[in-house]
Amino acid sequence: MSTDTKGEQDLGTHDEHHPTERLYVKIAIILAILTAMEVSLFYIAIPAPAVWLTSLAVIKFVMVVGYFMHLKYDTRLFTQLMLTGLITALAVYGVALATFLGTTRP
Amino acid sequence: MSVPVEETSLGLDNRKLAMWAFLGSEFLFFGAFISTYLLYLDDFNNAVNGIELFDIPYTSVSSFVLLMSSLTMVLAHAAHTKGDMRRARLWLLATAFQGMVFIGGQVFEFTAFVKEGMGLTTSPFSSSFFVLTGFHGAHVTVGIIMLLSLWTMMKMGRIGPGEDLKTEMIGLYWHFVDIIWIIIFTVVYLIPAG
Repeated sequence: MSTDTKGEQDLGTHDEHHPTERLYVKIAIILAILTAMEVSLFYIAIPAPAVWLTSLAVIKFVMVVGYFMHLKYDTRLFTQLMLTGLITALAVYGVALATFLGTTRP
Repeated sequence: MSVPVEETSLGLDNRKLAMWAFLGSEFLFFGAFISTYLLYLDDFNNAVNGIELFDIPYTSVSSFVLLMSSLTMVLAHAAHTKGDMRRARLWLLATAFQGMVFIGGQVFEFTAFVKEGMGLTTSPFSSSFFVLTGFHGAHVTVGIIMLLSLWTMMKMGRIGPGEDLKTEMIGLYWHFVDIIWIIIFTVVYLIPAG
């Protein structure tokens, strides 16, 4: 067994570029505003509401994983791991939905 | 107690790498349930139309609470990183409390649906809805248990200022249940009910 051990902070898990608490609060305020916009879109008649709602959800998703989960600041390998699962899920279930949606169930 | 870890070939902590691999796989888990829900969106089995039962203002409030719990979670991690254990514990408790508010809201919502005639086996729609949102609720519950365990270990002095990776790992899990709810709130509630 190697005797070359390092403390937790030395393994590249904590870089020095994490956002400040002030930035976290700003992100949370933006997320709250986006949520309010989502709920507002539910009550007003606009064309293609699903597109707008999905776009807002994607922005919220990216902000949470980017800032709160630190993917914007961490190694890209973590982003790639997350995207592997996300893209696989979108592809597999996208194909499944395309196959079965619109078909008549017994 | 701080446990030193072996240097890895990637130069990254294997535990954090494993957490990200796990979270990546969870997209497939929830993707299956979301797809099933979408497939059965209009299959009410001649029973109550579940979409008409959705209370969007109520769900919006619980969604907001869960979203804000991500802020308190990240503030707990920031405080732990700075070695401010008292504030870290405070933010952890705030996060767990908001999680409990969310779960309480979900229990209330489920109870209301059952009273309106939409149970787990009423229709393919209701089954897919309860299984999807129920599994998410189970994830939140596991998160609350982890948060309270972390708080207890900090309080007992078993987790100290130099071990903020533990808070970060639980934080990653917590933020993940938040982003899954961002998807569920839009795809399950807002779009079908709009």
